[in-house]
Amino acid sequence: MNIPMEKIIEKKPYFKYLRLDKMPTIWCPGCGIGQAFRATCMALHDLGIDNDQVAMVSGIGCSSRTPGYFDGFTLHTTHGRALAFATGLKLAKPELTTIVFSGDGDSLAIGGNHFIHAARRNIDITLVLINNWIYGMTGGQVSPTTPKGSYATTTPYGNYEPNFDIAKMAIAAGATYVARGTAYHATELSKLIADGIKHKGFSLIEVLSPCTIIYGRKNRMSIEEMYFWFKGNTLSVKAWEKLPEEKRAGKIPRGLLHHDTSRPEYTEVYWNQVKALSGGQK
Amino acid sequence: MRPELIKEVTYVPYSGNMAAAEAMRQINPDVVAAYPITPQTELMQFFADFVANGLVDSEYIPVESEHSAMSACVGAAAAGSRAMTATAGPGLAYMWEVLGIASGMRLPIVMTVVNRALSAPINIHGDQSDMMGARDQGWIMLFSENAEEQYDNLIQAIRIAEDERTRLPVMVGMDGFVISHAIERVRLLPDRAVEEFVGELKPMYPLLDVDNPVTHGAVAMTDSYMEFKRQQREAMTNAYKVIKEVGEAFEEAFGRKYEHIETYKTEDADYILVITGSAAGTAKYVVDKLREEKSIKAGLIKIRTFRPFPYNDVMDAIEASNCKAIGIFDRAETFGGASGPLFEEVATTQYLRRKYYPMTGFIYGLGGRDTNVNHIEEAIDKLMRLAAGEEIPLVNYLNLKE
Ligand SMILES: Cc1ncc(C[n+]2csc(CCOP(=O)(O)OP(=O)(O)O)c2C)c(N)n1
Ligand code: SF4
Ligand SMILES: [Mg+2]
Repeated sequence: MNIPMEKIIEKKPYFKYLRLDKMPTIWCPGCGIGQAFRATCMALHDLGIDNDQVAMVSGIGCSSRTPGYFDGFTLHTTHGRALAFATGLKLAKPELTTIVFSGDGDSLAIGGNHFIHAARRNIDITLVLINNWIYGMTGGQVSPTTPKGSYATTTPYGNYEPNFDIAKMAIAAGATYVARGTAYHATELSKLIADGIKHKGFSLIEVLSPCTIIYGRKNRMSIEEMYFWFKGNTLSVKAWEKLPEEKRAGKIPRGLLHHDTSRPEYTEVYWNQVKALSGGQK
Repeated sequence: MRPELIKEVTYVPYSGNMAAAEAMRQINPDVVAAYPITPQTELMQFFADFVANGLVDSEYIPVESEHSAMSACVGAAAAGSRAMTATAGPGLAYMWEVLGIASGMRLPIVMTVVNRALSAPINIHGDQSDMMGARDQGWIMLFSENAEEQYDNLIQAIRIAEDERTRLPVMVGMDGFVISHAIERVRLLPDRAVEEFVGELKPMYPLLDVDNPVTHGAVAMTDSYMEFKRQQREAMTNAYKVIKEVGEAFEEAFGRKYEHIETYKTEDADYILVITGSAAGTAKYVVDKLREEKSIKAGLIKIRTFRPFPYNDVMDAIEASNCKAIGIFDRAETFGGASGPLFEEVATTQYLRRKYYPMTGFIYGLGGRDTNVNHIEEAIDKLMRLAAGEEIPLVNYLNLKE
């Protein structure tokens, strides 16, 4: 059965952002990265942003394979450096909507310093950070977000290291839009990403996403259990705020966590300075 | 193999990664710091299991990058402990800054490099661009042809690195996937024998010797930096002897022969192939095949020690043969150079003896591209034409789609 592409795009508008010749993706059954990618494409569609107005940049990891499937300007770089590459790209072409797809290892372990500096500069990049609590691509080593006690190939008796709270770290470092969604709450995620793209400044959208095959297997959770875990253990920021302190343990707030429109955006500051110093010639 | 050891040796079906992890278990280093990267990941996971199951006394640090892995090893080694790690391709590239610190501080760190291609484009498969890129960082460099050699080389590397005449870090390369992931027969030595062979580390100027405080890696400006570098050359020159001696000691203890180079049927060879790594195995097969089927006399020089480069050994082997042409196989590029990096070394050997043999270079296996019997036969055919006086370019690609 051959359904014409126009018909598909009518029903599934995000299809226009896909490199269909690259399908199927490398992602495992049930993996949440596909949901996050779909949510990103839906966000672009809702904002009316065309393929050739977007630059999608990534490092290395399962989550970083996303640009390979995106039919726009894409740049697949080295492990941990996506934000550094994207910073250069954004400075040279500020008019491009710049999205970085990254993983918890990519952005917080090997590439941790670029993460805090992108936030500090408040550069207009939208970082979709797939937090699956593990190095998925290399087969399941402990990452800086692996929850305490969880199993990874390098922590066969449970993780004993404390983990990062990504959102708090981004806020502390100066990010001006910080949100958290999950692969289960797909529509909400799409809205959070869209608002992140609209926001002028550094936006972080942390996506809690199940690594079904590696994390799930190591921690004896089925695909369903992982998705239901997100459903049962996250709640909207509003509900979270109403929750008394003692009931918050083990629960994760979802939604917009921080929004600051008072700080100037980096490329603007930069080009304004260039203008001022060149007497308006550049 | 020494006959009395045969009973004590365990024959196992191991991949290169398993063999390297097993060597590390038997060496039982004080500190291991590593970051996962294909195709090395598995090696470190095997080792992490040994740690978790209490089979080694090592402190194991799953650090957050290769830069940190080598930094942690430098710290550990400077403190006076035996430190090991492993990496591959881009991981080695990311370590680059610290590689020179390890050798400049004369720390006997031993590392497996599972040879992998470098980006861009992104590729996870085997080639030797990673180690060739790190060539001038002052490390001793050995290459293995198979899993057992990786095992043996790692064990020897500890003694080579820690010898007071060298005190240099050693990296031991094995081709990604072809060696690291393929299962072969490996003859494991008894734990005690390895323990005895590697012996105890004798720390030199350790930071933990609080009665004799020292500083490592301090600033050395125009008045003294060059002298440090001069000493590194001295250590590398010594390493040539030390590697040889340790190889002899290994042969004496276990009956497995290790020299700077291995020659295969070069004595009467008209055409000499020079290769490092796993492709040497295929080349040996081709040498036999051509001798049998077509009476073509080719021979092989396999380079085990790449740094310090064994110029004399290579030239001795060439001069003792019937050599009419030499083909150098490079699994790495040096863009803008005459041919590959190994080619340049072999060219230098001739200069050092004031000799001239027709030579040509073959670039093969980049990013894991297959190199099979046909491709090596094709190369030998070119060598024969070169020997017959035909013009052959200095750079020839094997199995290239063009
Ligand atoms: C310099 C370097 N070191 C290591 C690697 C190997 N590597 C590839 S992906 C990855 C971890 C990815 O984890 P994460 O960023 O969480 O992404 P995920 O696969 O979980 O989406 C590692 C260690 C690499 N490609 N480059
Ligand atoms: S390994 Fe995990 S993160 Fe990677 S594609 Fe599979 S399920 Fe997704
Ligand atoms: Mg991850």
